[in-house]
Formats: sequence, C-alpha cells, structure tokens
Amino acid sequence: MTSVTTPKRTPVDLEHDTPIVEFRNVSIAFDDNKVLQNITFCVKRGETRIILGPAGVGKSVLMKLANGLMLPDSGEILIFAKSLGHMTEAEIYEMRAHVGMVFQESALFDSLDVEDNVAYRLNEEHVDPTETHDRVVEVLQFVELEKAIDKFPSELSGGMRRRVSIARAIINKPDLILYDSPTGGLDPITSTTIVELVVKQRDVTHTTSLLITHRLQDAFTLATHRYDPATGHMAKIPDNGIDDSTKFLVLHEGKVVFDGTTDELVHSEDPWLREYIS
Amino acid sequence: MNFFSPEAYAKRTVASVQEYSLLSGRAVANIFSGKRYAADIWTQMDSIGVGSLPIVVLTGFFTGCVLALQAAVSLKEFGAVGMTGRLVALSMVKELGPVLTGLMVSGRNASGMASEIGSMKVSEQIDAMRALGTDPIRKLVTPRIIATVTMLFFLTIISDACGTAGGALVSVVLLRLNGSTFFHTAYMSLQHGDIVGGLVKPLLSGFIIATIGCYYGMTTKGGTQGVGRATTQAVVVSSVLIILGDFLVTQLMIGIFGR
Repeated sequence: MTSVTTPKRTPVDLEHDTPIVEFRNVSIAFDDNKVLQNITFCVKRGETRIILGPAGVGKSVLMKLANGLMLPDSGEILIFAKSLGHMTEAEIYEMRAHVGMVFQESALFDSLDVEDNVAYRLNEEHVDPTETHDRVVEVLQFVELEKAIDKFPSELSGGMRRRVSIARAIINKPDLILYDSPTGGLDPITSTTIVELVVKQRDVTHTTSLLITHRLQDAFTLATHRYDPATGHMAKIPDNGIDDSTKFLVLHEGKVVFDGTTDELVHSEDPWLREYIS
Repeated sequence: MNFFSPEAYAKRTVASVQEYSLLSGRAVANIFSGKRYAADIWTQMDSIGVGSLPIVVLTGFFTGCVLALQAAVSLKEFGAVGMTGRLVALSMVKELGPVLTGLMVSGRNASGMASEIGSMKVSEQIDAMRALGTDPIRKLVTPRIIATVTMLFFLTIISDACGTAGGALVSVVLLRLNGSTFFHTAYMSLQHGDIVGGLVKPLLSGFIIATIGCYYGMTTKGGTQGVGRATTQAVVVSSVLIILGDFLVTQLMIGIFGR
C-alpha cells in the first residue's frame, strides 16, 4: 500500500461539529435562466457528499460556488464557517489553499509536464525543489502514475489526466476536496479506477469532499465500498454495509430534491427520485 | 424572430468597456503590490521582444528604403533631393517607426495572447489556476503588460534605426546621394520633441496590445470557435486603438512641443 505522508499545511481549526461547507438559500441565474434556486445543505467534517442530478441542472455551478470561483446572486455560502460573501479576494485565495479541486475535463496546464502540474501549488509557494519533487513522487505513487512524471498532458489518456488532476488536488492534503465529475467521459473500467482512488482518499485521509457524478453506479460504489489497506484495493463492505460518511444531495430543475443518507435515498417514496435512481 | 436591439448592444458595449477597465486597472495595480512573477516577465520579454525582432527589423528597414525612394522622387522636383535624410528620419522617428512597430507587434502578439489565454479559459485552466490559489491577472496579464511596454519601447528604437539605415542605403546606392549629407540632415532635423513623441507612442501601444490581447483571451467563450473569434477581435481592436492612440499622442505632442 502506498500512503500519502506529505506534510500538511495548518489545518483549518474548527469545532468538530461545525460544517465544512454550508449553503444557505443560494440562488444564481445566468440572464433569465435560473440555474440554482434556494439551495440549502451542509457538509460535515469527514463527510463525502455525492451530488447527483440530470445534466445541466447546475451541479458544476454549485461546485464553482463552493470554491468561490463564482458568487451567488442571493444567499450565503460558508466554507470553513466563513462566509464567502464577506471575504476579500485575498481571503478567498487564502481559503482556496485549503481546498483541492478536480475539474470535469481535468484542466491540466498543457504547457507544463506532469511533475510541474502536480507541483504547481508548491512551486507557487516556493517550496524547496527537492522537497517538492519528493512530494510529487509520493502523491503520484498514490494515484499509481509515478512513471508518467515527465510526460505532458497531451501524451496522457483521459483516465491518466484525471488521476494527475487528483494528485494535483491532494498534494498539500487539503481540508476539502471538490470532485467535479471525476469519472465523466471515461470508460467503465477507468471510471472504476478513479472511484477507487476517491474511496482510497476518503478512507485513508478522511478528507471532507463533494463529488459530482452522472453515473449512479459510481455513486453507489462509493457508498457501498471501502478501501482495504491489506490488498491495496477497494472492497465491498460486508453484509451489504453502507459507508456512514457518504451522503447524497440530488438536484432537479435547480432545486434540492433530496438531502440524506444512502439508505434514505434508496427508500425514498418520491416518484421522480425513484424513477431517477432506478 | 430576434431583432437587433440598440439598447442591448449599448449595454453590452458599456459592460465590455467596464470589464476591460477593471482588468487593466487590476493588472496595473498588481505591478506595485504583492507577489511578482519575474520569471514570467522574462519569458514574455523573450517571446514578445526577441521573437518580434525579425519582423520589426525587416519592416523598419524596408519602410525606410521605400520612404527614401518616394521622397527622392518628390523632392527632386523642388531641387531638394538633399533633404531626403531629413524626411526619412522625421517620418521614421515620429510616425512610421512607432506605428508600424506597434501594428506588427499587435498582429503577432495580441493574437498570441488572446489565443493562448483564450485556450486556457475554454479548457478551464484559468479556473484551475484560481482554484490553486493563483490570481490569473497577476500571473498572466501583469507580466505581459510589463514585457510588452518595455520591449515595444526598444523595438521602436531598433525600427527607427533600421528605417534610417534603409533610407541611407537606398539614398547612397540607388539615388547616388552623399551618405554623410543624408545622416547630417537627418541628425539636424530631429529635435527633442520628435524623439519624446516617438518614444511615448510605443509605451501606449504596448499597453494597448497587452491589455486588449489579454482582455479578449480572458473573456473567451464558446470553445475553439470562440478562441478564433477572440484572436481576430484582439488584433482588429488593438490595431485600431494603436492608430487612435497615435493620433491623440501626436495632438498632445504638438500641443506641448509645437511640432
């Protein structure tokens, strides 16, 4: 088993039960198109929140709102118990130092090789080059991609790019990870590899995370599997068990239609929800 | 059916000017505060300055050559062919050097900036940069402004020199004029105000090229087609603004120096 033991920046100091992410009546519209309406939910420390919903429902917008890449028209977003609306630009950049984000299309810097992509944050912080290299190798081992360290993004497959993106997001052990459709556009086998990495990250570091997916299969794999350190792979939780830290948020037509546990989701009586998950 | 709405067009235009002004203002403010990306500035200086050298040298040189040929034909009618050097030097230093260099660098670099930053925008690399805690204006725009303004200043001087040299070559080799007379009249005709005016223009042009190129790059929408559109718009708008800026600076210089 390979574990990430990279030194971590000072973690955000919060009371244990304080939500890491909290949306309060958040709405946003583009021209006349109301994308999100009165979104309210919170994500507690160590929780993995899977965001489901049909394409175009505003899941990626929600993710960008959570990282301060967009600001809502109304409502309040609290990250680490601080309102984004009350933060200065400098404070938002400081907040992002505690957040890792995996983009839908990986968003790797195409003029930088894998090492420089993964080390980007450390290079910006002027970390010693030797230490940076060691940390990059370590985190690439975590995503099982250490052999690609010298390659450029154009030389990588979609799945490899996604793994580099995950490595870049976790290199400084963030307190919150935002996965924007990490399995989107990938074949089922590669998707499973990525889901395994997410499970591994969840179970090894217990980092709070938000994950968007269109694939219900991936969502339920996350809820029903755990990382097995002995084999180095994920395995189904015995006795049809469910991971307690994994919860769901389902969006439909810009609104939250479900916010709860896996068990509550599968036993929901809501007709639309039943049809959606069937 | 959607009709053209003058109101919507006016709102869009005002919003664009506001957005451009905010971007430029923040990029300039970054020069005086916070983190500086020295390596990016040097890289851009190399790309914009050294990379543009061949086209600037060739354009300046042949403009000087043509100017000497054309000037000699007209001046001959008045028996003033000996004033060719004066005409070439004044035209190059005051107008053609700064404007042509600006337009050449605009064609090469405003397009390059718009397409590079535009590609980063549509592939979410700008968002990724922000998500990784880097201000893209500080990292991408500010170094390009510093590099373009600095390098365009020196490129204009090189262009002026090459133009004058081209004019001298044509005058001596083709028109059989005296070389020392050419340079003497050229040197004597140039006054302090001409030099200042000719060197203020590239500072403004450099700022226009970098900010317009970056603005269109940062506001690119619509995938690869959007990148192409941003590139074209960046070149067109920066070229027009360079000519407009040239007119305004010339007016200002005439007001200050009287010529």
